[in-house]
Amino acid sequence: MSVLEVETLSKRFRGLQAVKSVSFAVPEHAIVALIGPNGAGKTTIFNLIAGVFPLDEGSIRLDGRPIHGLPPDKVCRAGIARTFQLVRPFAGLTVEDNAVIGALRAAPDVAAARAVAHEVLGRIGLLDRRNQRAASLTLPDRKRLEVARALATRPRLLLLDEVMAGLRPTETDQMVAFFRAINRELGITILLIEHVMRAVMALAQHVIVLNHGEKICEGTPESVVRDPAVLACYLGEEAV
Amino acid sequence: MNRLLATASPRALAALAGLFVVLLVAPAFLSGYLIAVMIVILSLAYVGQAWNIMLGFAGQLSIGHALYFGLGAYIAAAGYVKFGLSPWIGLIGGVVAAAIAGAFIGALGFRFRIGGVYFALLTIAFAECTRILFDHIAWLGGSAGLFLPVASRDTNDLWTLRGAPVMFYYVWLVLTAGLFVLCRALLASRLGFYWLAIREDEEAARAVGIDSFRYKMFAVMLSAALTSVAGVIHAFYFNNLFPETTFSVGRSIELLLGPIIGGVGTLFGPILGAFVLTSLSESMTVLAEHIQLGSKAVDGIKQVFYGLIVILIVLFQRRGLWPWLSRLLGFGR
Repeated sequence: MSVLEVETLSKRFRGLQAVKSVSFAVPEHAIVALIGPNGAGKTTIFNLIAGVFPLDEGSIRLDGRPIHGLPPDKVCRAGIARTFQLVRPFAGLTVEDNAVIGALRAAPDVAAARAVAHEVLGRIGLLDRRNQRAASLTLPDRKRLEVARALATRPRLLLLDEVMAGLRPTETDQMVAFFRAINRELGITILLIEHVMRAVMALAQHVIVLNHGEKICEGTPESVVRDPAVLACYLGEEAV
Repeated sequence: MNRLLATASPRALAALAGLFVVLLVAPAFLSGYLIAVMIVILSLAYVGQAWNIMLGFAGQLSIGHALYFGLGAYIAAAGYVKFGLSPWIGLIGGVVAAAIAGAFIGALGFRFRIGGVYFALLTIAFAECTRILFDHIAWLGGSAGLFLPVASRDTNDLWTLRGAPVMFYYVWLVLTAGLFVLCRALLASRLGFYWLAIREDEEAARAVGIDSFRYKMFAVMLSAALTSVAGVIHAFYFNNLFPETTFSVGRSIELLLGPIIGGVGTLFGPILGAFVLTSLSESMTVLAEHIQLGSKAVDGIKQVFYGLIVILIVLFQRRGLWPWLSRLLGFGR
């Protein structure tokens, strides 16, 4: 059973075909990675799923129900939470209030949302900084907060856009452990865009490779990194 | 900082209760002049709070609040003058009209994604159009103005709002305190959190499931409705209305200056701003009377000093006076 089904998805920006007839599925409880060189169309696909802009062709289904054409807030309420590649916390608010706002998506009232916020912040290791303004956090902590806020909405599917970028190896390992835990314990399905191969290899059961808006290959992490087409797009034709 | 008083220390709440009691008994000790000044302060504190809901809470800049103020003033005054209706009945009409006007401007701006200063320009445009429109409504006096019959000031009739300044003082005090309590409750509610999220980052707010259009509409309609109430009381206190002043950009600026000086987005900022600006303006008047060139008073010296001090406050306390004062008094961050 697939949580997310993307079929023949296409998006053109003026002259640029950003996404060209891409299809893939994310099975329930899976962790799937979307990789590819810069400009491959990964973030565009996220934005299409999240409803930031309309798609030109194709369909996106969550649990079998079409969600394409829904605005971002309805996509979130349908059960998909996302993080932004360039983090956008509510900078002037406290860490706790950031998480509370996420938690209000599913919580019946503010008190319940606060309890969820505490639980999520505790899980990700930000509870002791809950009274700080989000703007005063370090970049790794802002990335954690971004994840905490998304997670607090109680999503079925979590879209992570390069949350490991800029983290040190030990911080990356902590994040990997965190995502494994929420995947296993809370049953949250994860689709991630990632350049840090250390994280991709450790987390993903299934990898989809994009280049120039097209899917060029998919499979297990081990098979994908040996695929000649993948090597060619990352290293250039002559290196293969 | 945003929920300064939603999470207020017992000390801050005690100080607030103390202030309210002082204001409650103050008229017994104040001269007629000071009561008039206090009426200005309380009315600006009230509309400042109403305006603050839009920019301070929901992040939407309006420089056309004179529109809502004027609609309340004119509708209630017309109801009284033309049909003998109580201002409290007229107020219902004013509130509804202002909320509809707010909804219309909001829907236009938010639907077509006119944001920031462009939205502010839209609000000015609507206020100005309405000013010109009212200039030409002969039934309401046009540009010659609409006048309410001045009754004896010896008896206070709350139902028709005919009475002494002290009665208006208490009406404003109740409104200002009531709106403070309402704003505090709003900020602690789901709606308040949604507003703050939209103010901070609308795209991120939508990504966590917040229907930003809907909640921005709530903000503009509520702010407009509350502002129109101030217009009603204003009309019955001054007994005359001119489109030129009631709907002027100057009025819109006057009512947003308090929150900006006091602290946009804070609960107490608009109230503090009203106190500071009005006291400043009044003391400048007194000061200006004593500044003479030879034997002649210097024209406009009051405005020069007033403007200079406002500039200094904005330069040195960018977030307004309240966040700074609140830290100084130990009321929290």
